[in-house]
Amino acid sequence: MGMTLTEKILANHSGRDHVSPGDNVWVDVDVLMTHDVCGPPAISIFQKQFGENAKVWDKNKLVIIPDHYIFTADKYANRNVDILRAFAAEQDLPYFYDVGTDSYKGVCHVALPEEGFTRPGEVLFGTDSHTCTAGAFGQFATGIGNTDAAFIMGTGKLWVKVPETMRFIFEGKSLPPYLMAKDIILQIIGDIGVDGATYRTMEFAGNGIKALSMEDRMTLTNMAIEAGGKNGVVEPDEITEAYVKSRTDHPYTKVYSDPDAKYHSLHYYNLEEMVPMIAKPHSPDNKATAEELEGEYLDRAYIGSCTGGKLSDFKAAAEILIGNKVKLDTYIVPATTEIARALETETQSGIPLMEIFKEAGCKIGNASCAACLGGPSDTFGRLNHEEVCISSTNRNYPGRMGSKQAQVYLASPYTVAASAVTGVITDPRVFIQQTVI
Amino acid sequence: MNNNSKPIKGKAFVLGKNIDTDQIIPAAHLVYSLDDPEERKLYGKYALSGVPAAESGLPEGGVSLTKEGETESQFKIIVASDNFGCGSSREHAPACLEIAGIEAIVTPSYARIFYRNSVDGGFLIPFESFEDLSSEVHTGDELEIDQVNHKLKNLTQNKEYRIKPLGSVADIVHAGGIFEYARQNGMVPR
Repeated sequence: MGMTLTEKILANHSGRDHVSPGDNVWVDVDVLMTHDVCGPPAISIFQKQFGENAKVWDKNKLVIIPDHYIFTADKYANRNVDILRAFAAEQDLPYFYDVGTDSYKGVCHVALPEEGFTRPGEVLFGTDSHTCTAGAFGQFATGIGNTDAAFIMGTGKLWVKVPETMRFIFEGKSLPPYLMAKDIILQIIGDIGVDGATYRTMEFAGNGIKALSMEDRMTLTNMAIEAGGKNGVVEPDEITEAYVKSRTDHPYTKVYSDPDAKYHSLHYYNLEEMVPMIAKPHSPDNKATAEELEGEYLDRAYIGSCTGGKLSDFKAAAEILIGNKVKLDTYIVPATTEIARALETETQSGIPLMEIFKEAGCKIGNASCAACLGGPSDTFGRLNHEEVCISSTNRNYPGRMGSKQAQVYLASPYTVAASAVTGVITDPRVFIQQTVI
Repeated sequence: MNNNSKPIKGKAFVLGKNIDTDQIIPAAHLVYSLDDPEERKLYGKYALSGVPAAESGLPEGGVSLTKEGETESQFKIIVASDNFGCGSSREHAPACLEIAGIEAIVTPSYARIFYRNSVDGGFLIPFESFEDLSSEVHTGDELEIDQVNHKLKNLTQNKEYRIKPLGSVADIVHAGGIFEYARQNGMVPR
């Protein structure tokens, strides 16, 4: 019996020839990532369990990326960054991206690939549910808690129950000009539900995957968790290799699903027939087409986060915002400092993206998680009252972006930008195809 | 944390489906220390504070897990509908419930990371029911979980339901968490 990509990686990392869904295996960890919210409690557990002076299992495999509560006056939040700083110094960690220095990166899930830590065939754990983003690079990547992270810090290992794999097969040669990976994943989550992939792998495959850039694939795998998935994964190809090799010379071994691998289920989507999708408040599976919601009331637009704050997301937004003024309070938050710099150098019709956003009247924030998850009350873009927001982020349960009285619509950067310009929910085809819906 | 198969007895707190980690502990509160004895109590105070009032303490709603000004709850067992703990990986979620005094949860299904964190951190026991009991049990009902015979008894309504055995995580639950389990098995030095 063949194995899926995920099963093979877990077999390779647990010293077995073969694993099957349901097996509990102990895997060797290639990279552990943590940040300012879960790092301090994980460090505390590590020190309690292994001793005050214990050293981490491999300092070259622990990556610490503060990104959540960075630009805030909250004293507890700032203390947490101090704890990371002290630990990184004590352990002599080479990969700590400290706040207020040139090495500061921003959102961990986008920073990890930029810094070359996402590599095909490897096992990556992170103390954040969107760690599944890294599966876009053909690796096993999933979110864990503080205790599990502390266990890895001391031992380099963790137990994993081998998941069944659901395969999502994309047909079609290219994405329609108005469609983004965000629309595809919102459609899938709407179809299978927020627990439709619980305990399972979501493998994205088919010829259509070739039409998706690395950043597009990251948007798909990023939101696997919103369907309950343990991990999301895409087989590595030349697009993957081109990205990874431009970021690291670290060796890796590519792994593919066997033709006779056994899947939980197969799901087919034709990319060329898909349309802009939205998740209505208060659940990522509360789906509607953008067309169905045309004209719905909004107070605010937000483009940012690991899901919707990558360079391609801002390029898309700029296509619509160029030469227009926004009618909503519109927040732009690049995921990382590298993306923030690119907003100054990347242009459309000769105009830098940053200038397009400023001319349109957008508010620009610093690279970080910012208001995607609410955070302290002084967080940039946070929904502090009963605002109605359309956002390129990933989650819209009550209170996710701040106040539990607020309402959040999740959409692609195209749809968010189109809505920012008109002031109400707007199908981006109105702008991109110049058609009236 | 009850780790020796004794019955778990206490009042029920009832919730609906898809109670995500932002509702369990809103992100603004994730900054407090879990070690400092005074600061950690804030997690008890704010546990489940993100649940919209109408859905907090069913069927009537409008019930807070912890009373105004208190950090420990009168409730011991959460009964909820599907997909409890979906959303983020924050271990502060099961931790805040334990700090508030919750010893067990009974629901038909959990989100994976919340379930794993509950077990590996030894915070509380996540039991799975065969059916959705969130419309049967009322907040405030006196419950008893019989861990040996895998039953949930509603002493107030005089009803009894089967719950699932813990299965492959039973050894970790009964050890009290992943570290204790690993020590018992020689994977981590004592």
